[in-house]
Amino acid sequence: MSEKTITLKIKRQKTHDSDPYFETFNIPYRENMNVISALMEIRRNPVNDKGEATTAVAWDSSCLEEVCGACSMVINGKPQQSCSALIDKLEQPIKLEPLNTFPVTRDLVVDRSRMFDSLKRVKAWIPIDGTYDLGPGPRMPEPKRQWAYELSKCMTCGVCLQACPNVNSKSEFIGPAALSQVRLFNAHPTGEMHKAERLETIMDGEGGLTNCGNSQNCVQACPKGIPLTTSIAALNRDTTLQSFKNFFGSDRI
Amino acid sequence: MSTNREFFYRKIHSLLGVIPLGAFLIVHFMINYQAVNGPEAYNVAAGFMEKLPFLLVMEFVLIYIPILFHGIYGLYIAFQAKHNTSTYSYFRNWMFRLQRISGVITIIFVAWHVWDTRIQKAFGAEVNYDMMANIVDNPLALAAYIISIIAASFHLANGLWSFAVTWGITVSPRSQLIATYVTMGFFIVMSFIGIRAILAFV
Repeated sequence: MSEKTITLKIKRQKTHDSDPYFETFNIPYRENMNVISALMEIRRNPVNDKGEATTAVAWDSSCLEEVCGACSMVINGKPQQSCSALIDKLEQPIKLEPLNTFPVTRDLVVDRSRMFDSLKRVKAWIPIDGTYDLGPGPRMPEPKRQWAYELSKCMTCGVCLQACPNVNSKSEFIGPAALSQVRLFNAHPTGEMHKAERLETIMDGEGGLTNCGNSQNCVQACPKGIPLTTSIAALNRDTTLQSFKNFFGSDRI
Repeated sequence: MSTNREFFYRKIHSLLGVIPLGAFLIVHFMINYQAVNGPEAYNVAAGFMEKLPFLLVMEFVLIYIPILFHGIYGLYIAFQAKHNTSTYSYFRNWMFRLQRISGVITIIFVAWHVWDTRIQKAFGAEVNYDMMANIVDNPLALAAYIISIIAASFHLANGLWSFAVTWGITVSPRSQLIATYVTMGFFIVMSFIGIRAILAFV
Protein backbone atom coordinates (compact mmCIF):
# COMPACT_ATOMS: atom_id res chain seq x y z
CA MET A 1 0.00 0.00 0.00
CA SER A 2 1.26 3.41 -0.91
CA GLU A 3 1.24 5.93 1.93
CA LYS A 4 1.21 8.85 -0.44
CA THR A 5 -2.02 10.77 -0.65
CA ILE A 6 -3.42 13.54 -2.78
CA THR A 7 -5.19 16.43 -1.06
CA LEU A 8 -7.94 18.21 -2.93
CA LYS A 9 -9.67 21.31 -1.68
CA ILE A 10 -12.93 21.66 -3.56
CA LYS A 11 -15.32 24.57 -3.69
CA ARG A 12 -18.76 23.03 -3.41
CA GLN A 13 -22.26 24.31 -3.80
CA LYS A 14 -25.43 22.26 -3.33
CA THR A 15 -27.74 24.15 -5.66
CA HIS A 16 -27.44 27.06 -8.03
CA ASP A 17 -28.49 29.56 -5.36
CA SER A 18 -26.98 28.08 -2.19
CA ASP A 19 -23.81 29.37 -0.55
CA PRO A 20 -20.53 27.85 -1.64
CA TYR A 21 -18.20 26.16 0.86
CA PHE A 22 -14.87 24.36 0.73
CA GLU A 23 -14.48 20.67 1.47
CA THR A 24 -11.15 18.86 1.59
CA PHE A 25 -10.52 15.29 0.50
CA ASN A 26 -7.50 13.03 0.89
CA ILE A 27 -7.30 10.27 -1.63
CA PRO A 28 -4.67 7.56 -2.19
CA TYR A 29 -2.01 8.39 -4.76
CA ARG A 30 -1.72 6.47 -7.98
CA GLU A 31 0.63 7.17 -10.84
CA ASN A 32 -0.40 9.28 -13.84
CA MET A 33 -3.63 10.56 -12.37
CA ASN A 34 -5.46 13.56 -13.73
CA VAL A 35 -7.98 15.71 -11.89
CA ILE A 36 -10.88 13.71 -13.38
CA SER A 37 -9.53 10.42 -12.05
CA ALA A 38 -9.05 12.06 -8.64
CA LEU A 39 -12.69 13.19 -8.72
CA MET A 40 -13.70 9.62 -9.71
CA GLU A 41 -11.78 8.38 -6.69
CA ILE A 42 -13.83 10.73 -4.47
CA ARG A 43 -17.01 9.48 -6.12
CA ARG A 44 -15.96 5.90 -5.32
CA ASN A 45 -15.52 6.78 -1.64
CA PRO A 46 -17.09 10.14 -0.77
CA VAL A 47 -15.47 10.73 2.63
CA ASN A 48 -13.91 14.09 3.46
CA ASP A 49 -10.67 14.74 5.36
CA LYS A 50 -12.51 14.67 8.71
CA GLY A 51 -13.66 11.12 7.98
CA GLU A 52 -17.27 12.19 7.47
CA ALA A 53 -19.36 10.62 4.75
CA THR A 54 -20.49 13.26 2.28
CA THR A 55 -22.02 13.50 -1.15
CA ALA A 56 -19.87 12.82 -4.18
CA VAL A 57 -18.55 15.93 -5.90
CA ALA A 58 -20.43 16.76 -9.08
CA TRP A 59 -18.45 17.67 -12.18
CA ASP A 60 -18.92 17.69 -15.91
CA SER A 61 -16.85 15.87 -18.49
CA SER A 62 -17.22 14.16 -21.81
CA CYS A 63 -14.35 13.52 -24.21
CA LEU A 64 -11.47 13.27 -21.69
CA GLU A 65 -9.01 14.40 -24.37
CA GLU A 66 -9.30 18.20 -24.26
CA VAL A 67 -11.52 18.66 -27.26
CA CYS A 68 -15.01 19.06 -25.79
CA GLY A 69 -14.41 21.73 -23.15
CA ALA A 70 -17.00 20.32 -20.73
CA CYS A 71 -14.65 19.59 -17.84
CA SER A 72 -13.23 23.11 -17.55
CA MET A 73 -12.73 24.35 -14.00
CA VAL A 74 -10.41 26.60 -12.04
CA ILE A 75 -7.51 24.44 -10.88
CA ASN A 76 -5.09 26.10 -8.46
CA GLY A 77 -6.39 29.46 -9.61
CA LYS A 78 -5.97 28.76 -13.31
CA PRO A 79 -8.97 27.96 -15.52
CA GLN A 80 -8.27 24.87 -17.58
CA GLN A 81 -9.57 21.43 -18.53
CA SER A 82 -9.48 18.93 -15.68
CA CYS A 83 -8.92 15.98 -18.06
CA SER A 84 -5.55 17.32 -19.16
CA ALA A 85 -4.57 18.64 -15.70
CA LEU A 86 -2.14 16.03 -14.40
CA ILE A 87 -1.92 15.52 -10.64
CA ASP A 88 1.87 15.07 -10.76
CA LYS A 89 2.24 18.54 -12.21
CA LEU A 90 0.01 20.29 -9.68
CA GLU A 91 0.99 21.79 -6.37
CA GLN A 92 -0.89 20.35 -3.41
CA PRO A 93 -3.40 20.86 -1.91
CA ILE A 94 -5.05 21.03 -5.31
CA LYS A 95 -7.75 23.67 -5.24
CA LEU A 96 -10.71 23.06 -7.52
CA GLU A 97 -13.30 25.75 -8.15
CA PRO A 98 -16.06 26.12 -10.73
CA LEU A 99 -15.78 28.63 -13.61
CA ASN A 100 -17.67 31.21 -11.59
CA THR A 101 -18.21 33.60 -14.49
CA PHE A 102 -21.03 31.19 -15.41
CA PRO A 103 -24.00 30.23 -13.23
CA VAL A 104 -22.95 27.30 -11.02
CA THR A 105 -25.38 24.38 -11.24
CA ARG A 106 -23.78 22.25 -8.52
CA ASP A 107 -20.23 21.90 -7.17
CA LEU A 108 -17.97 22.10 -10.23
CA VAL A 109 -20.76 21.93 -12.81
CA VAL A 110 -21.54 25.21 -14.52
CA ASP A 111 -24.10 26.25 -17.10
CA ARG A 112 -22.32 27.50 -20.22
CA SER A 113 -25.57 28.12 -22.13
CA ARG A 114 -24.70 31.75 -22.72
CA MET A 115 -21.77 30.67 -24.87
CA PHE A 116 -23.94 28.46 -27.05
CA ASP A 117 -26.55 31.20 -27.26
CA SER A 118 -23.78 33.56 -28.44
CA LEU A 119 -22.79 31.10 -31.18
CA LYS A 120 -26.40 31.02 -32.33
CA ARG A 121 -26.57 34.79 -32.19
CA VAL A 122 -23.56 35.28 -34.47
CA LYS A 123 -24.56 32.41 -36.79
CA ALA A 124 -21.40 30.44 -36.14
CA TRP A 125 -22.14 28.04 -38.96
CA ILE A 126 -22.37 28.06 -42.74
CA PRO A 127 -25.96 28.37 -43.92
CA ILE A 128 -26.40 26.18 -47.00
CA ASP A 129 -30.07 25.26 -46.76
CA GLY A 130 -32.23 26.48 -49.59
CA THR A 131 -35.21 25.51 -51.65
CA TYR A 132 -33.01 23.90 -54.29
CA ASP A 133 -29.62 22.24 -54.47
CA LEU A 134 -27.03 25.00 -54.34
CA GLY A 135 -24.32 22.72 -55.65
CA PRO A 136 -20.75 22.63 -54.37
CA GLY A 137 -19.41 25.82 -52.82
CA PRO A 138 -16.18 27.57 -53.81
CA ARG A 139 -12.98 25.82 -52.79
CA MET A 140 -10.83 27.14 -49.99
CA PRO A 141 -7.10 27.63 -50.63
CA GLU A 142 -5.07 25.15 -48.57
CA PRO A 143 -2.99 27.77 -46.68
CA LYS A 144 -6.20 29.51 -45.68
CA ARG A 145 -7.72 26.22 -44.56
CA GLN A 146 -4.71 25.58 -42.36
CA TRP A 147 -4.99 29.05 -40.89
CA ALA A 148 -8.74 28.68 -40.32
CA TYR A 149 -8.17 25.31 -38.66
CA GLU A 150 -6.45 27.05 -35.77
CA LEU A 151 -9.56 29.16 -35.17
CA SER A 152 -11.79 26.10 -35.49
CA LYS A 153 -10.08 24.47 -32.50
CA CYS A 154 -12.34 26.47 -30.17
CA MET A 155 -14.30 24.05 -27.97
CA THR A 156 -16.48 26.67 -26.24
CA CYS A 157 -14.83 25.67 -22.95
CA GLY A 158 -15.32 29.09 -21.33
CA VAL A 159 -11.75 29.60 -20.09
CA CYS A 160 -11.41 32.87 -22.05
CA LEU A 161 -14.64 34.21 -20.57
CA GLN A 162 -13.47 33.25 -17.09
CA ALA A 163 -10.19 35.12 -17.60
CA CYS A 164 -11.78 38.23 -19.14
CA PRO A 165 -12.21 41.16 -16.72
CA ASN A 166 -15.02 42.54 -18.87
CA VAL A 167 -17.14 39.37 -18.74
CA ASN A 168 -19.01 39.73 -15.46
CA SER A 169 -22.39 40.38 -13.93
CA LYS A 170 -22.10 44.13 -14.64
CA SER A 171 -21.48 43.68 -18.35
CA GLU A 172 -23.20 41.95 -21.25
CA PHE A 173 -19.96 41.36 -23.15
CA ILE A 174 -20.31 38.41 -25.50
CA GLY A 175 -16.71 37.34 -24.81
CA PRO A 176 -13.78 36.36 -27.03
CA ALA A 177 -14.87 32.82 -28.04
CA ALA A 178 -17.91 33.71 -30.14
CA LEU A 179 -16.13 36.74 -31.62
CA SER A 180 -13.32 34.58 -32.91
CA GLN A 181 -15.93 32.29 -34.48
CA VAL A 182 -17.28 35.28 -36.39
CA ARG A 183 -13.83 35.71 -37.88
CA LEU A 184 -13.63 31.98 -38.69
CA PHE A 185 -16.99 31.79 -40.48
CA ASN A 186 -16.47 35.11 -42.24
CA ALA A 187 -13.23 33.74 -43.64
CA HIS A 188 -14.93 30.70 -45.18
CA PRO A 189 -15.73 31.20 -48.89
CA THR A 190 -19.39 30.22 -48.39
CA GLY A 191 -19.70 31.61 -44.88
CA GLU A 192 -18.47 34.92 -46.24
CA MET A 193 -21.87 35.37 -47.88
CA HIS A 194 -23.20 36.27 -44.43
CA LYS A 195 -20.21 38.38 -43.45
CA ALA A 196 -22.06 41.68 -43.13
CA GLU A 197 -24.86 40.05 -41.13
CA ARG A 198 -22.40 38.59 -38.59
CA LEU A 199 -20.56 41.90 -38.31
CA GLU A 200 -23.85 43.73 -37.77
CA THR A 201 -24.69 41.28 -35.00
CA ILE A 202 -21.53 42.01 -33.02
CA MET A 203 -21.97 45.76 -33.60
CA ASP A 204 -25.61 45.70 -32.58
CA GLY A 205 -27.17 46.19 -29.16
CA GLU A 206 -25.36 45.79 -25.87
CA GLY A 207 -22.31 43.68 -25.09
CA GLY A 208 -20.88 43.50 -28.59
CA LEU A 209 -17.33 43.63 -29.90
CA THR A 210 -16.60 47.12 -28.59
CA ASN A 211 -16.93 45.87 -25.00
CA CYS A 212 -13.46 44.38 -25.35
CA GLY A 213 -11.04 46.34 -23.17
CA ASN A 214 -7.88 44.74 -24.60
CA SER A 215 -6.69 43.18 -21.36
CA GLN A 216 -5.66 40.28 -23.62
CA ASN A 217 -6.05 37.69 -20.86
CA CYS A 218 -8.07 35.51 -23.23
CA VAL A 219 -5.21 34.78 -25.58
CA GLN A 220 -2.95 33.90 -22.63
CA ALA A 221 -5.57 31.64 -21.05
CA CYS A 222 -6.83 29.81 -24.15
CA PRO A 223 -5.88 26.11 -23.82
CA LYS A 224 -5.93 25.76 -27.61
CA GLY A 225 -3.64 28.70 -28.31
CA ILE A 226 -6.25 30.40 -30.51
CA PRO A 227 -5.13 33.92 -31.51
CA LEU A 228 -8.22 35.46 -29.88
CA THR A 229 -6.85 38.99 -29.60
CA THR A 230 -5.81 38.95 -33.25
CA SER A 231 -9.35 37.86 -34.11
CA ILE A 232 -10.77 40.72 -32.05
CA ALA A 233 -8.44 43.28 -33.65
CA ALA A 234 -9.24 41.91 -37.13
CA LEU A 235 -12.96 42.22 -36.36
CA ASN A 236 -12.35 45.76 -35.13
CA ARG A 237 -11.02 46.54 -38.58
CA ASP A 238 -13.92 44.76 -40.31
CA THR A 239 -16.60 46.43 -38.17
CA THR A 240 -14.96 49.85 -38.58
CA LEU A 241 -15.12 49.44 -42.36
CA GLN A 242 -18.65 48.07 -42.09
CA SER A 243 -19.75 51.09 -40.05
CA PHE A 244 -18.26 53.42 -42.68
CA LYS A 245 -20.14 51.52 -45.38
CA ASN A 246 -23.34 51.75 -43.36
CA PHE A 247 -23.03 55.45 -42.61
CA PHE A 248 -21.42 56.93 -45.68
CA GLY A 249 -23.18 54.55 -47.96
CA SER A 250 -21.87 51.75 -50.13
CA ASP A 251 -22.79 48.19 -50.88
CA ARG A 252 -23.32 46.75 -47.45
CA ILE A 253 -22.36 43.18 -48.19
CA MET B 1 -33.91 48.31 -37.25
CA SER B 2 -30.33 48.34 -36.17
CA THR B 3 -29.66 49.85 -32.77
CA ASN B 4 -25.89 49.87 -32.65
CA ARG B 5 -25.80 52.82 -30.30
CA GLU B 6 -23.26 51.21 -27.99
CA PHE B 7 -20.94 50.57 -30.91
CA PHE B 8 -21.26 54.24 -31.86
CA TYR B 9 -20.69 55.51 -28.30
CA ARG B 10 -17.63 53.34 -27.83
CA LYS B 11 -16.14 54.42 -31.12
CA ILE B 12 -16.84 58.09 -30.33
CA HIS B 13 -15.31 57.59 -26.88
CA SER B 14 -12.18 56.17 -28.48
CA LEU B 15 -11.97 58.88 -31.13
CA LEU B 16 -12.52 61.81 -28.75
CA GLY B 17 -9.71 60.56 -26.53
CA VAL B 18 -7.26 61.18 -29.37
CA ILE B 19 -8.96 63.96 -31.32
CA PRO B 20 -9.40 66.50 -29.79
CA LEU B 21 -8.43 65.53 -26.23
CA GLY B 22 -5.04 63.96 -26.97
CA ALA B 23 -4.13 66.80 -29.27
CA PHE B 24 -5.27 69.31 -26.66
CA LEU B 25 -3.15 67.67 -23.94
CA ILE B 26 -0.05 67.92 -26.14
CA VAL B 27 -0.70 71.63 -26.89
CA HIS B 28 -1.42 72.27 -23.20
CA PHE B 29 1.87 70.65 -22.14
CA MET B 30 3.77 72.61 -24.79
CA ILE B 31 2.36 75.92 -23.50
CA ASN B 32 3.20 74.88 -19.93
CA TYR B 33 6.74 74.06 -20.99
CA GLN B 34 7.30 77.72 -21.85
CA ALA B 35 7.54 78.26 -18.08
CA VAL B 36 10.97 76.61 -18.29
CA ASN B 37 12.08 79.76 -20.17
CA GLY B 38 10.82 81.98 -17.37
CA PRO B 39 7.59 83.69 -16.30
CA GLU B 40 7.53 86.13 -19.22
CA ALA B 41 7.79 83.40 -21.84
CA TYR B 42 4.95 81.51 -20.13
CA ASN B 43 2.75 84.59 -19.89
CA VAL B 44 3.28 85.34 -23.58
CA ALA B 45 2.37 81.76 -24.58
CA ALA B 46 -0.68 81.61 -22.30
CA GLY B 47 -1.72 85.08 -23.42
CA PHE B 48 -1.52 83.98 -27.06
CA MET B 49 -3.95 81.12 -26.36
CA GLU B 50 -6.32 83.48 -24.53
CA LYS B 51 -6.39 85.84 -27.50
CA LEU B 52 -7.45 83.16 -30.01
CA PRO B 53 -10.68 84.12 -31.77
CA PHE B 54 -13.91 82.28 -30.89
CA LEU B 55 -12.13 81.07 -27.75
CA LEU B 56 -15.24 80.14 -25.80
CA VAL B 57 -16.75 78.20 -28.72
CA MET B 58 -13.48 76.36 -29.27
CA GLU B 59 -13.20 75.60 -25.57
CA PHE B 60 -16.66 74.03 -25.57
CA VAL B 61 -16.35 72.14 -28.85
CA LEU B 62 -12.75 70.99 -28.52
CA ILE B 63 -12.41 70.61 -24.75
CA TYR B 64 -15.44 70.72 -22.45
CA ILE B 65 -17.94 68.64 -24.39
CA PRO B 66 -15.42 65.96 -25.47
CA ILE B 67 -13.95 65.73 -21.97
CA LEU B 68 -17.39 65.38 -20.36
CA PHE B 69 -18.39 62.64 -22.79
CA HIS B 70 -15.05 60.83 -22.63
CA GLY B 71 -14.87 61.19 -18.85
CA ILE B 72 -18.41 60.20 -17.95
CA TYR B 73 -18.69 57.36 -20.43
CA GLY B 74 -15.16 56.35 -19.44
CA LEU B 75 -16.18 56.10 -15.78
CA TYR B 76 -19.05 53.85 -16.83
CA ILE B 77 -16.60 51.63 -18.75
CA ALA B 78 -14.03 51.67 -15.94
CA PHE B 79 -16.47 50.53 -13.28
CA GLN B 80 -17.81 47.75 -15.48
CA ALA B 81 -14.53 45.89 -15.25
CA LYS B 82 -13.88 43.27 -12.61
CA HIS B 83 -10.13 43.44 -12.21
CA ASN B 84 -8.25 40.17 -11.89
CA THR B 85 -4.57 41.09 -12.05
CA SER B 86 -3.93 38.98 -8.93
CA THR B 87 -4.87 35.83 -10.87
CA TYR B 88 -3.74 36.92 -14.32
CA SER B 89 -0.74 39.16 -13.77
CA TYR B 90 0.02 39.58 -17.48
CA PHE B 91 1.47 42.83 -18.77
CA ARG B 92 -1.56 43.78 -20.85
CA ASN B 93 -3.95 42.99 -18.00
CA TRP B 94 -1.99 45.42 -15.82
CA MET B 95 -2.15 48.03 -18.57
CA PHE B 96 -5.91 47.44 -18.76
CA ARG B 97 -6.16 48.10 -15.02
CA LEU B 98 -3.78 51.09 -15.05
CA GLN B 99 -5.71 52.60 -17.95
CA ARG B 100 -8.82 52.65 -15.77
CA ILE B 101 -7.00 53.86 -12.64
CA SER B 102 -5.20 56.64 -14.53
CA GLY B 103 -8.46 57.68 -16.19
CA VAL B 104 -10.23 58.04 -12.84
CA ILE B 105 -7.29 60.01 -11.38
CA THR B 106 -7.24 62.28 -14.42
CA ILE B 107 -10.98 63.04 -14.39
CA ILE B 108 -10.91 63.89 -10.67
CA PHE B 109 -7.85 66.07 -11.17
CA VAL B 110 -9.34 67.81 -14.19
CA ALA B 111 -12.47 68.74 -12.21
CA TRP B 112 -10.32 70.39 -9.53
CA HIS B 113 -7.89 71.89 -12.05
CA VAL B 114 -10.70 73.51 -14.08
CA TRP B 115 -12.23 74.88 -10.88
CA ASP B 116 -8.89 76.29 -9.76
CA THR B 117 -7.94 77.92 -13.05
CA ARG B 118 -10.61 78.33 -15.75
CA ILE B 119 -13.54 78.95 -13.41
CA GLN B 120 -11.49 81.36 -11.30
CA LYS B 121 -10.70 83.18 -14.54
CA ALA B 122 -14.43 83.42 -15.23
CA PHE B 123 -14.75 84.99 -11.75
CA GLY B 124 -12.18 87.59 -12.71
CA ALA B 125 -8.83 86.09 -11.77
CA GLU B 126 -5.95 86.42 -14.20
CA VAL B 127 -4.40 83.22 -15.55
CA ASN B 128 -0.66 83.74 -15.53
CA TYR B 129 2.61 82.45 -14.11
CA ASP B 130 1.86 83.80 -10.63
CA MET B 131 -1.48 82.02 -10.46
CA MET B 132 0.18 78.65 -11.06
CA ALA B 133 3.11 79.49 -8.82
CA ASN B 134 0.63 80.22 -6.01
CA ILE B 135 -1.20 76.93 -6.55
CA VAL B 136 1.90 74.73 -6.52
CA ASP B 137 3.32 76.65 -3.58
CA ASN B 138 1.33 74.13 -1.56
CA PRO B 139 3.36 70.86 -1.60
CA LEU B 140 0.15 68.78 -1.58
CA ALA B 141 -1.09 70.57 -4.69
CA LEU B 142 2.29 70.07 -6.34
CA ALA B 143 2.17 66.34 -5.55
CA ALA B 144 -1.38 66.15 -6.97
CA TYR B 145 -0.18 67.88 -10.12
CA ILE B 146 2.79 65.56 -10.59
CA ILE B 147 0.70 62.41 -10.02
CA SER B 148 -1.99 63.64 -12.38
CA ILE B 149 0.50 64.65 -15.08
CA ILE B 150 1.87 61.11 -14.98
CA ALA B 151 -1.65 59.64 -14.97
CA ALA B 152 -2.85 61.79 -17.88
CA SER B 153 0.33 61.06 -19.88
CA PHE B 154 -0.08 57.34 -19.30
CA HIS B 155 -3.78 57.41 -20.10
CA LEU B 156 -3.15 59.17 -23.40
CA ALA B 157 -0.15 57.01 -24.37
CA ASN B 158 -1.81 53.69 -23.55
CA GLY B 159 -5.04 55.06 -24.98
CA LEU B 160 -3.26 55.55 -28.29
CA TRP B 161 -2.26 51.89 -28.13
CA SER B 162 -5.83 50.72 -27.63
CA PHE B 163 -7.09 53.27 -30.16
CA ALA B 164 -4.93 51.54 -32.75
CA VAL B 165 -6.45 48.17 -31.79
CA THR B 166 -10.01 49.45 -31.51
CA TRP B 167 -10.01 50.95 -34.98
CA GLY B 168 -8.32 47.92 -36.49
CA ILE B 169 -5.01 49.61 -37.29
CA THR B 170 -2.75 47.23 -35.34
CA VAL B 171 -4.09 43.71 -35.82
CA SER B 172 -1.07 41.41 -35.68
CA PRO B 173 0.60 40.65 -32.33
CA ARG B 174 3.86 42.08 -33.69
CA SER B 175 2.34 45.42 -34.67
CA GLN B 176 0.68 45.58 -31.27
CA LEU B 177 4.01 44.90 -29.55
CA ILE B 178 5.79 47.64 -31.50
CA ALA B 179 2.88 49.96 -30.72
CA THR B 180 3.46 49.19 -27.03
CA TYR B 181 7.10 50.31 -27.30
CA VAL B 182 6.20 53.45 -29.23
CA THR B 183 3.35 54.48 -26.92
CA MET B 184 5.37 53.81 -23.78
CA GLY B 185 8.17 55.94 -25.21
CA PHE B 186 5.55 58.63 -25.78
CA PHE B 187 4.39 58.23 -22.15
CA ILE B 188 7.91 58.88 -20.87
CA VAL B 189 8.38 61.91 -23.13
CA MET B 190 5.02 63.41 -22.12
CA SER B 191 5.66 62.80 -18.42
CA PHE B 192 9.06 64.47 -18.71
CA ILE B 193 7.64 67.53 -20.46
CA GLY B 194 4.75 67.80 -18.04
CA ILE B 195 6.78 67.40 -14.85
CA ARG B 196 9.61 69.67 -15.97
CA ALA B 197 7.00 72.32 -16.80
CA ILE B 198 5.23 72.12 -13.44
CA LEU B 199 8.56 72.23 -11.58
CA ALA B 200 9.32 75.48 -13.40
CA PHE B 201 6.55 77.10 -11.32
CA VAL B 202 8.14 76.09 -8.00
